Amino acid sequence: MTPQLEIFLILAAIAVAGAVSVILQREPIHSAISLITVMIALAGLFLLLESEFIAAVQIIVYAGAIMVLFVFVIMLLNAGAEERTNMSRMARYVGVPLAIFLLIELAYQVGAATSSMTAQPAADGATRGLSMLLFQDFVFPFELTSILILIAILGALVLAQRSEGAPAQRAQQ
Amino acid sequence: MNDSLAHSILLVSLIKVLVLLFLVLTAVAYLVWFERKVAARIQGRWGPYRVGPHGLLQPLADGAKFLLKEDTTPAGADRFLYFTAPVITLTLAISAIAMIPFGPASVRILGVETPLVIANINVGLLAIFAMTSIGVYGVALAGWSSNSKYSLLGGLRSSAQMISYELSLTLSVVGILLLAGTFNLSELILRQDGFTWGYLPKWNLLSPTFPQVLGLFSYFVAAIAETNRAPFDLAEAESEIVAGYHTEYSSFKFAMFFMGEYASMITVACLASILFLGGWLSPFPHTPGMDWTLYIPAGVLAISGLALIINGVRYSTVFGRIELTVLGLVLLALSFLCSKPGIIDYVQGPFWFLTKVLLVLFVYVWVRWTLPRFRYDQLMRFGWKVLFPVALLNVVLTSLAVVMRR
Repeated sequence: MTPQLEIFLILAAIAVAGAVSVILQREPIHSAISLITVMIALAGLFLLLESEFIAAVQIIVYAGAIMVLFVFVIMLLNAGAEERTNMSRMARYVGVPLAIFLLIELAYQVGAATSSMTAQPAADGATRGLSMLLFQDFVFPFELTSILILIAILGALVLAQRSEGAPAQRAQQ
Repeated sequence: MNDSLAHSILLVSLIKVLVLLFLVLTAVAYLVWFERKVAARIQGRWGPYRVGPHGLLQPLADGAKFLLKEDTTPAGADRFLYFTAPVITLTLAISAIAMIPFGPASVRILGVETPLVIANINVGLLAIFAMTSIGVYGVALAGWSSNSKYSLLGGLRSSAQMISYELSLTLSVVGILLLAGTFNLSELILRQDGFTWGYLPKWNLLSPTFPQVLGLFSYFVAAIAETNRAPFDLAEAESEIVAGYHTEYSSFKFAMFFMGEYASMITVACLASILFLGGWLSPFPHTPGMDWTLYIPAGVLAISGLALIINGVRYSTVFGRIELTVLGLVLLALSFLCSKPGIIDYVQGPFWFLTKVLLVLFVYVWVRWTLPRFRYDQLMRFGWKVLFPVALLNVVLTSLAVVMRR
C-alpha cells in the first residue's frame, strides 16, 4: 500500500465517521462539530490531490465561515438535545427502501468506474488554473451565481423585516 | 530519495519544530511581561518588580501558579468540549507560526541544508488564515460548554465578531496579493526587495505602485478584532460579562487560553511585518557606502548589554546586581559574535524581522492600553460600515494601479 493510499483511507474514514456522527449526535452543537471534522478531512483529501489552494479555501470558507454561522445560530437559540421519535409510516415504507436503493446504485457506479476517472493531481497548487477557469472561461456563469446569491440575501432581508411589523410603516420611518 | 536522507530530513524538521516551540513559548511568556511593563508605564506605574530584577522572573512565577491551582469543571458542563476548547485555541495559535519565515539564509543541521522556516508551503498565507479562522471554535465552544450564561454570551459575541471581521482581514491582504502574485510568504518578502529613488524601501506599505496604507490599517484593526484584544475584547469584557468565554476556566486550561491569545498576537505581528514591512529585508540599501549598516545588530546588542550592566551595578538587590550584569555580559558576547565576518550576514535577516515584529507588538499593546472598549453595536457598525468598505476600496484602487502600470 502506498503512503498516499494509506493517508487517503485514514482521511476518508474520518470523513465518513464524521458524516455518520452528524446524524447520530443528539446535541446540535456536537453535530455541527462533526460536520466541521468532515470539512477538515475533505480539505486533507484536496491536499492529497496537491490542490493546496482549494484545501485552504475549503477550510476558510466552510469550516471557518459557514460553520461558524451554524454554531452561532445554535448558541443563539440555545438549542437543546433533540428528541428521538419512532420513524413515521412514510419513512419506514418509502424512505428506507429508497435509501437502500440509492446506496446500491452508488456502490455499483463507483465499482464500475475505470481508472481513467480518477482525479489527476493539479500543477502549481491549482491556483492559476482555477482562477483562469473562474475569471476567464466561466466568468459569466460565475458572476451570475453571485448575483443569484445576492438576490437570496435580499429576499431573506425582506422576509426578516416583514415579520417585525408592517413593511409600509417601516419604510416611512 | 533514499531512506537515510528522508530520515535525516524528518529529524531536522523535528529539531526545528522543538526549537521553535521552545522559542515561541518563551516569547509568549515574556510578551506577557512586556505588555505588563508597557501598560504600567502608560499608566504611570512600575509594573512587575518583585520577582527577579525588573520582574524578569515573573513569567516563571505565573507559570508555576497556573500549574498549582485547582482545576475545576463546572456542574453541567459538556466535559469533552470543555476540555477540547483550550486545546484547539493553543494548538492552532502555535502551529500557525510554523509557516513564518524568519530569515533568508539557510542553516546546516546534521548535514542537511534547511531554511529558517518549518513549513514553506505554496499557500502559506492562506494556511495561516485557515488556522486563525478555525481558532474561533476554541472561544465559541468554551463559551458553550461551560454551562454558564456569561460564558455563552462571550462565545456568542466572539463568533459574531469573527464572522464580521474575517472578511475585512482577508480583503485587506488582497492588495498585496495583487502586487506580488503569490501566496508563498518567502516569495512575498522577496518581491518587496529594492529601493525607490535609491533610498526608500519598496516594502508594500511604501510600494511605488500603490502604497498599502489602507491595507495595513484594515489588516491591523481586523487582526486586533480577530485576536479578541482590546478595544475589541467584547468576548471577555470583564466589566459586563465577568470574564466572558473563560469565566469558568481555571488553572492550566485558563493558561492555555492566555498563551493562545499571546501566541496569536505574535503570529499577527509576524504576518504584518512580512506583508507590509518587508519581513527580513533591511531598511538600508546594499550600496558600498552603506556597509556600516551591517553592524547595526551588533551595535544594538552592545548598547543594550552596556545599559544592562550600568543599571545592574546600581540595582537594589544583590541577586538583581548579579543577574543583570550577567545578562549584560551575555549580550556583549553576542554582540561580539554578531560582528564576526562569517556570522554577520546570517544575523541581518532575523534581526530586522524581529525588530519589525517587536515594533508591531508594541503598537498592539499601546492600542490596548489607550483605547476604551467598543460597545457591541459600535463594533458591528465599525466592522461593516467603515472597515469593510476601506478594505474594498484598497482592493479596487490597487487593482487599478496594477493595471495602469502594466
